[in-house]
Amino acid sequence: MSPSVPLQEMIRAIRSARTQCEERGVIQRECAAIRAQFRQADNGGRSHNLAKLLYVHMLGYPAHFGQMECVRMIASPRYSEKRVGYLGAMMLLDEKQDASLLITNSIKNDLSNSNQYIQSLALCTLACMGSAEMCRDLAPEIDRLLRASNSYIKKKAALCAVHIVRKVHDLGELFTKAARSLLTEKNHGVVHGAVVLITELCERNSETLERFRKTVPDLVQIMKGLVISGYSPDHDVAGISDPFLQVRILRLLRILGRNNEAASDAMNDLLAQVATNTDSTKTVGNAVLYETVLTVLDIKSESGLRVLAVNILGRFLLNNDRNIRYIAMTSLQKIVGTDHNAVQRHRGTIVDCLKDQDASVKRRALELSLALVSASNIRSMMKELLSFLSSCPPELRSQTASGIFNAAERYAPSQRWHIDTILHVLTTAGGDVRDETVPNLIQLITNTSELHCYTVHKLYRALLSDISQQPLVQVACWCIGEYGDLLLTGECQETEPVQVTEDYVLDVLETVLQSHMSSPSTRGFALTATMKLSTRITENVDRIRSIVSIYGSCIDVELQQRAVEYNALFKKYDHMRAAVLERMPVIEKNSQGHTNGETIKESQTVKVKPGEPQQPANQVCDLLDLLGGSEQPLQPSPALGSAAPPIPVSTPNTVGGDLLDLLGGLEPTPITPVATVTVYEKDGVTVTLSCEKQSDSGLTVTLTASNSTESDIRGFTLQAAVPKSVQLHMKAPSGDSLPARGTAKVTQMVVLNNPNKVNLKMRLRISYTSQGSAVQDTVQIDSFPGLGQ
Amino acid sequence: MRFLLLFSRQGKLRLQKWFTPLTDREKKKVIRDMMMLVLARPPRSCNFLQWRDLKIVYKRYASLYFCAGLEDKDNELLALEVLHRYVELLDKYFGNVCELDIIFNFEKAYFILDEFLMGGEILETSKLAVGVSMEEADTLQEEEKEQEEVGKTDKERFACGRGLRE
Repeated sequence: MSPSVPLQEMIRAIRSARTQCEERGVIQRECAAIRAQFRQADNGGRSHNLAKLLYVHMLGYPAHFGQMECVRMIASPRYSEKRVGYLGAMMLLDEKQDASLLITNSIKNDLSNSNQYIQSLALCTLACMGSAEMCRDLAPEIDRLLRASNSYIKKKAALCAVHIVRKVHDLGELFTKAARSLLTEKNHGVVHGAVVLITELCERNSETLERFRKTVPDLVQIMKGLVISGYSPDHDVAGISDPFLQVRILRLLRILGRNNEAASDAMNDLLAQVATNTDSTKTVGNAVLYETVLTVLDIKSESGLRVLAVNILGRFLLNNDRNIRYIAMTSLQKIVGTDHNAVQRHRGTIVDCLKDQDASVKRRALELSLALVSASNIRSMMKELLSFLSSCPPELRSQTASGIFNAAERYAPSQRWHIDTILHVLTTAGGDVRDETVPNLIQLITNTSELHCYTVHKLYRALLSDISQQPLVQVACWCIGEYGDLLLTGECQETEPVQVTEDYVLDVLETVLQSHMSSPSTRGFALTATMKLSTRITENVDRIRSIVSIYGSCIDVELQQRAVEYNALFKKYDHMRAAVLERMPVIEKNSQGHTNGETIKESQTVKVKPGEPQQPANQVCDLLDLLGGSEQPLQPSPALGSAAPPIPVSTPNTVGGDLLDLLGGLEPTPITPVATVTVYEKDGVTVTLSCEKQSDSGLTVTLTASNSTESDIRGFTLQAAVPKSVQLHMKAPSGDSLPARGTAKVTQMVVLNNPNKVNLKMRLRISYTSQGSAVQDTVQIDSFPGLGQ
Repeated sequence: MRFLLLFSRQGKLRLQKWFTPLTDREKKKVIRDMMMLVLARPPRSCNFLQWRDLKIVYKRYASLYFCAGLEDKDNELLALEVLHRYVELLDKYFGNVCELDIIFNFEKAYFILDEFLMGGEILETSKLAVGVSMEEADTLQEEEKEQEEVGKTDKERFACGRGLRE
C-alpha cells in the first residue's frame, strides 16, 4: 500500500497531469488510498486525507464516501481535525443528506465548548447547512450564545440566528429580545449582525416590524456616528467609515420607514446628511449613496429629499464608470412609474446609453427608454429606437421590436406614421417579430382606407428588394392581392408611384410562391393574393388560372387544397368569383388589450430565444375563407395569464354560413368580458375562476393560479369534486409549476354538464410543493360568476 | 448572497461557497452557466449581469474570476466591495496572494472566507479582526500539533513517516 501523499504533493501531481485521462488516473489512485486510510484506525493523518478528498471534490469528482469521515472528524477532540471535518461537512453534506443529522449532537456539544474557535466552527457550520430540524433543536443554544459575553461569539450567533429564522420562520420570536439588546454594542461586527437579524425578523413578521420601529432613533444615532466620526483605521474603506454597516443600516431604515410617516420623518435629516456628505469618487461611496437613494425613494420622504435622490441618480447616469450607469438605470426603472416626470428629465442621457458598447448597459437602457416613451416624445424616441434596432445585439431584437410596436400602438401621431414604423421594423428585424404582428398590421392597413394606395406601393417596393423576411412578405402579398388595382393604376398621391404592368406584379407573386425562402404560410398568402388579382386585373386572367392549376398538385396539402378550390371557383362558380373576391370590409379591432400584450419583463440571459412561444398563424382554408388569409385567435400566452377564454381578433370567418351569405353577416361577434372571481388566496397562492355558459346545461370553467411569493412552487395540481348529478371533465392544465412573483400562471379548464340543473357547487383541492414542503388545501365554491346570465 | 465562486480563466473551479441548499446537479449547472457567462464578457465591460432571477456580480483579479450571485434586494456596488475585501484578506494572509496560493492552500481560503462571511451575509467588517481571528485559530492548531508531537515517542514518529521535527 503506497504511503499517503501529503496534500500539496497530490495537488502538484494532479496539476502536472497533461490529459484528462491522466488526471482521472491520479485521482482514482488517490481516492483508493484515501478510502483505505479512512478504514484504518486513527493515524494522525486524517485531516490531510479529508483535505485531499475535498480538493478532489472541488475538481468535480464524486466524494460521497467522505461523508462519514466528516462526521467522525467533527467528533474528534483535536482542533485541526474538527476544522477540516466541519469544512468537509459544509462542502459534502447538505440538509438533504441523512448523514447531516448525525452531526447535530456534535454541533450541540461544540456550541458549549470552552474554546471560542471550536464554538465558532459549530456556529458556522450550522449557519451554512443546518436543516430545519437541526435549527429547531439548537435554537435555544443560539439564543443563549447571543447573550454570551464574548463579542466574537455574539456576532457569529447573530448570523446563525438569521439562518435559523430563514429556515424556520416561527423561531423569530425567540430572538427578538436578544436582537434588540445587541444594537447597543460597541463592536461593529456585533452591531452588523444585529442589524441583519432585525432586518430578517422585520421582513418576516409585521408585528415584529411594528415593535422595531422604536429602534429608528438608535439606528439614526449609530449612522450619524459613522458618518461624522473621524478616521478609524479598523473600519475605514477609502475614507468612509464601515460602509458595510452603513449600507445595512440604511436597508433596515428603509424597511422600517416604508408606509410610516413618523419613522420616515425621523430619518429624513440623516438621509439628507448622508446623501450630501458621502464622497462619491470611489465605488464604495457610491455604494452607500445608492443604498441611500433606494431608501429615500421607498419611504415617505419629503419632496425635497426625493428630488435630491433623483438628482443623485442623474449624476450617476453621467458617471464614466459603466457599473454606476447600470445601477442608475436599474433604480430609475423602479421609479419610472411613480416619478415619471423626474425620470423624463434624464431621457437624453438614457437614450445615449443605448449606444454604449456594453450589453448589460444596452439592455437596461432599452427597458428604460421603452418605459419613457410618451405622446410628446414619440417621434424622436422612435427614431432612436429604430436606429437601435438596426444595430442592436440579436438577443435584444425581439424585445425591441415588441416594445416599438407597443409604443407605436399607444402613441402613434398619425396612421401613416404608424404604418411606416411597422414597415420599418419589418424590414429591419422581420425575423424577430411575433406572429401576431401580421394580422395586426393587416387590420391596421384595412382601417386606413385613405392610405391603401400608399401602403401597397411601399410594400411592393419592399418586396422587390427582399423576400426573405416572412412577416413582411406575408403582409405585402396580402396587400397586393387586395389593392393590386391601385398599384396598377400607376398613380399615387402620397408617394412616388411605380409603373408596373400586370405581368410584373404576377412575376413578383410567383417569385414568392416559388422561392425556397418562403415558408408554407407565406406561400399560402401569395397564392390567395394571386387569386384575388384575377378580379382586379383585366388581361392576364389566364396566367392566373394556369398558376392556380399547377398548385393543384402541389405536395403541400394546404396549398393543394387552396389551389383545387380556387380552380373550382374558376370553373363551376365563375359567376360568383367577383363577389367572393371582393374587397375586404373594415375589420373591427378587438377592444381588449394591446397587440403585443407583454409588459417589459426583466431581461434574461444571452442564450434566451427571442420571443415567447407563439401559435403559428394558421390559415384556415375554407371555401368561405377566401376573403381573409390572416386571421388567428389570440391564444393567451402564459405571460399574459388572462383568466378569460381566448379572445379572437375579430375575423370575418367567425360566422359560418354558406357561400351565398358571405356579403352579410361579416360583423364580428361581440365578445363580452367574462367575470372572474378569486376563490382561493392563501400564502401567496391565488386561484381565480371564470366561467362561460356553453349551452343550456353545459358550462366551461377556467381556473387560473398564480404565485406571488418569493419562491417557486412545483407540483401544483387541482382536483375538483361536484354534486352527484353533475358531470365533470377536467382538461389538462397548462403546467404544474408556478414561478415566483407571479411571472407566469397556470390555467386549467373544467367542463361541467348539469342536465338536472341542480344548484352547482364545486369543491376544489389545491396541492403543491413550496420550499420543499408539501401543502394541501381545500376550498368550496358555492357561486359561479356569470351563471346568472 | 446566494453563492460565491472563484474560477480561473481556463474554467477551473478554485473555490465554491453555497449559501442556499442546492443539489449537486443544480450546483454543477450554476457553475457551468456562470463560467460561460462571465468568461465570455469582453474586458472593461460592466461587472453586473442578470441571470434567472439573480444579479450576478463578478470581478477579475489577475487570473481569477470572483463571481457572486445576489438576490434582488442586495446592493451590487457593495458586493463589489465585498469581493475586494475578500481579496485583501487573502492578500494579507498569504502575503501577495496569487492563484497558486489559493490552489495549494484552499482550506485556508475557506477558513478566511468563513471568518468574513456567514450565511451569505458579512460577518466581520474589520480587516484587522479577521486577520487576528485567523492567526489565533492557526496558533491553536499549531499548539495542538506541537503538544501531540511532544507526546509521541520517536518510534511513533518514524512509523508515521514524518521524520524528526526540525
